[in-house]
Amino acid sequence: MLDIQELDQYYGGSHILRRVSLQAEIGQVTCLLGRNGVGKSTLLRCLMGQLPAKNGSIRWQGEDISRCAPHQRVARGIAYVPQGREIFGRLTVEENLRMGLARFGGKAGREIPASVYEMFPVLYDMRQRRGGDLSGGQQQQLAIGRALVSQPSLLVLDEPTEGIQPSIIKQIGEVIRNLAARRDMAILLVEQYYDFAEALADRYMVMSRGEVIRCGAGSDMAQDGVRELLAI
Amino acid sequence: MADIKSSQWRYNMLGYAFSGISLGSVLLLAALGLAITYGLLGVINMAHGEMLMIGAYASYVVQNLFRSWWPGAFDAYLLAALPVAFAVTFVIGMALERLIIRHLYGRPLETLLATWGISLMLIQAVRMLFGAQNVEVANPSWLSGGWEITPALTLPYNRLAIIAFVAGVLVLTWLLLNKTRLGLFVRAVTQNRRMADSVGVPTGKVDMLAFGLGSGIAGLGGVALSQIGNVGPELGQGYIVDSFMVVVLGGVGQLAGTVTGAMGLGIVNKILEPSLGAVLGKILILGFIILFIQKRPQGLFALKGRVLD
Repeated sequence: MLDIQELDQYYGGSHILRRVSLQAEIGQVTCLLGRNGVGKSTLLRCLMGQLPAKNGSIRWQGEDISRCAPHQRVARGIAYVPQGREIFGRLTVEENLRMGLARFGGKAGREIPASVYEMFPVLYDMRQRRGGDLSGGQQQQLAIGRALVSQPSLLVLDEPTEGIQPSIIKQIGEVIRNLAARRDMAILLVEQYYDFAEALADRYMVMSRGEVIRCGAGSDMAQDGVRELLAI
Repeated sequence: MADIKSSQWRYNMLGYAFSGISLGSVLLLAALGLAITYGLLGVINMAHGEMLMIGAYASYVVQNLFRSWWPGAFDAYLLAALPVAFAVTFVIGMALERLIIRHLYGRPLETLLATWGISLMLIQAVRMLFGAQNVEVANPSWLSGGWEITPALTLPYNRLAIIAFVAGVLVLTWLLLNKTRLGLFVRAVTQNRRMADSVGVPTGKVDMLAFGLGSGIAGLGGVALSQIGNVGPELGQGYIVDSFMVVVLGGVGQLAGTVTGAMGLGIVNKILEPSLGAVLGKILILGFIILFIQKRPQGLFALKGRVLD
């Protein structure tokens, strides 16, 4: 499992994360909710190693990974779908997927598993197109596909519904549900879209101003008044 | 009479174009590595010219070894010099990246100064090893002479060979960048270093290999240079500025831009040289590039499409 303890992070003088602790279990969808600018993405970037955490520890499968470089965390089975998708725009769709194989050597590092194309058929039709020419929704599917080819045991998704048309949001929700049903992967989903999160969450946490202010079981989200915490 | 004049003019122009392409292809070998490392790391490597020089000295050393140990196979020394020059500059380039440049990422000014210092040290080291005088690198017999098209126009074999050689290196580089895993990683890191790291690319290793590769290509350029000019410790200095101009002109991140930039610069140079003299020609070209960059900061070959947002 993933176990983040008392993480602190600052941008200049401002305290962005205040002793944030978070757990995500294999086989569960953990949803992290919160409004804009409360530190959700910063937390994920600390988790991935893009930003070094100032204090606190990040343990994954019992090992402290807080000093590891991002690619070393990927090698330990963590995959990241960032906010804004960050597709390699000048690489083809196929090459983008192949980037997800970077942690594997030899033959496994060259062959894109067919399951990705089954999950997102549009990527197969588009595989020779450049990533940058895809629509936002297609790029989001590509970003998820790229993360999944690395066969992660922790999948980190940062607002996968942001700016995406409803039909694709539905499809992405379906994919996440199917992955969760396999019970071999911890899924950490950061969202602002309440209904989407509620439908998927096994556990939830709400952040505000760099702190976790509420957490509980996904089925209790409605009675815990999570929707009100997100309303502006 | 007019006929003779016009045909002579035509041959002259052909001659200029040929020497321009030949100069352009040497520039291309120097600029290719620079374009890769500049695109990947955003680092301006002032010691890049010295890789040409070291490549040329490597062919000098291999030549001497052949002369004293296998005089019978002397004509083959050039073929043996290529892998030697590549290997030596590849290793020096990787060491440079790992020991110095890596610690200066994100500090372009310091990198500029540090690599300039390295360039001076390399020049001095070669002076101490081989002396300050130019050394003599002989053409193998199969590169001496030329292809006489008319009495007015002879294309020397060594220059023809260099053009063919550069074309070969270009094809290999293209294949390496577009068809291999390392090439894929290099292109991905060039576009988005942070995300490449976060999908599992060991960026440090890619940086080091790409730097070695760029230096190795320059080393091959040095072997080519040893066949057409003097080999001395300052050899690289004459090419570094021109190769930077090629990179600036061609735009970063695309081989086609570097090729066009190198050929254009080479040909314009050779056409201006006879009428204006070498110095005035250079000044004109520099002035033109300054104006060009004002109008088109992204270089000749800009990337198009949604990619840029």
